[in-house]
Amino acid sequence: MLAKRVIPCLDVKDGKVVKGINFVNIQDVGDPVECAIEYNRQGADEIVFLDITATHERRGTMADVVFRTAENVFIPLTVGGGIRTPNDFRELLNAGADKVSVNSAAVYDANIISEAAYRFGSQCVVVAIDARCVGVEEDAENARYGKSKYHVYTEGGRKDSGLDMVEWAKKAESLGAGEILLTSMDTDGTKKGFDLEMLRAVCEVVRIPVIASGGGGDLSSFVEVFKETDVDAALAASVFHYGEYIVEDVKHVMKEAGIPVRI
Amino acid sequence: MIAIIDYGAGNLFSVHNALSFLGFENRVTSDPSVLHAANKLILPGVGAFPDAMGRLRAMGLDRTICQEAQAGKPLLGICLGMQLLFEKGYEFTETEGLSLIEGYVDKIIAPDLKIPHMGWDEVEVVNPSPLTKGIVDGDMVYFVHSYKAVTAVSNIRLATQYGQLVPALVEKGNVFGAQFHPEKSSAVGLKILNAFGDL
Repeated sequence: MLAKRVIPCLDVKDGKVVKGINFVNIQDVGDPVECAIEYNRQGADEIVFLDITATHERRGTMADVVFRTAENVFIPLTVGGGIRTPNDFRELLNAGADKVSVNSAAVYDANIISEAAYRFGSQCVVVAIDARCVGVEEDAENARYGKSKYHVYTEGGRKDSGLDMVEWAKKAESLGAGEILLTSMDTDGTKKGFDLEMLRAVCEVVRIPVIASGGGGDLSSFVEVFKETDVDAALAASVFHYGEYIVEDVKHVMKEAGIPVRI
Repeated sequence: MIAIIDYGAGNLFSVHNALSFLGFENRVTSDPSVLHAANKLILPGVGAFPDAMGRLRAMGLDRTICQEAQAGKPLLGICLGMQLLFEKGYEFTETEGLSLIEGYVDKIIAPDLKIPHMGWDEVEVVNPSPLTKGIVDGDMVYFVHSYKAVTAVSNIRLATQYGQLVPALVEKGNVFGAQFHPEKSSAVGLKILNAFGDL
């Protein structure tokens, strides 16, 4: 049975991990390569690098991180953050990334999805969506409330694009996205659990895998998201960064709950 | 030396990295004389069957690969590279493959499951193989594919279930094929690559 995936995310700035990891067996807590090796050892199913560098030299630095990680870690690697063109895809894939995630640039010009899918294959095109609840659709005819409405945000969640999340997810799939990484701006950073309602809204309309992100808190939040929604993977950053528990702990509670995992 | 065949189809460096990590001398190449000099060949690949076969033919590599394999040199196809080992593929259109293993490649039919079959999935040992030393039922490997091989059970070494039986590792004499990515399958995948390197 296909395993549900647990994916630690490393925020990288100027080639360094932004939040240090509290692991005893790591020498340099700021080195993304060492952190990735440690996550692999803990049983991570994939690793996501999110580049939050604001300068122009960014791409070369990130490609170097990916290159050095790919020499030592033999699980899928995804890179995102500031991807603007199909050439950005090429550079990171050549460095050893297996997938590249595109966010704001796809909202501004959706053609990057189809171009990247055509040139490199859908399997490596991840469309990252940052979304936030903007109200409830009213079903006036039946005098009742309908579903929550969500908008897609760009620029790291700062700007409302006005795009409807569900429509955008469908469009991304139809253009050739291989996977959706869905982050709820409403639950991100709260550690109170994933945004089940938002995740369900997207899982209902696409057939490509969906990665849940934003809100991963205690161990039970991982069990909850896999039991209550059809997501294929769950991503978290800070709970792993701060060593509250390790990837292996998450896998064990998932297994006890009867969720298929790779241990 | 293991030659990793470069025919413009996808990420060859993960295979190169994994072999180097395991200590096997290897080269990414499209030079027939290097393929001839190598003592093992790996045919990687992501993408579509017709395009990949077209490239191999255009570069004349289809003949080189078949000659070397028929002379007894161990050959491992990975993912699309595994599918190309069969007689025919039905992705978009019927395309002739390398015909090193009897069988064909067709769509995965699984109405209730997501396509592509992507992620970590369990394998079971169908028949023993020199490549599966240390692999046990339930070990997990990393798959990304929408098509599967259809071949006799005697050619199947590892299989997974995805709405139907999906051959995961096939073998015919000195010709091997992995539908999953051993170079992305962590310790289990490295075991298999190590066994291939040690053949």
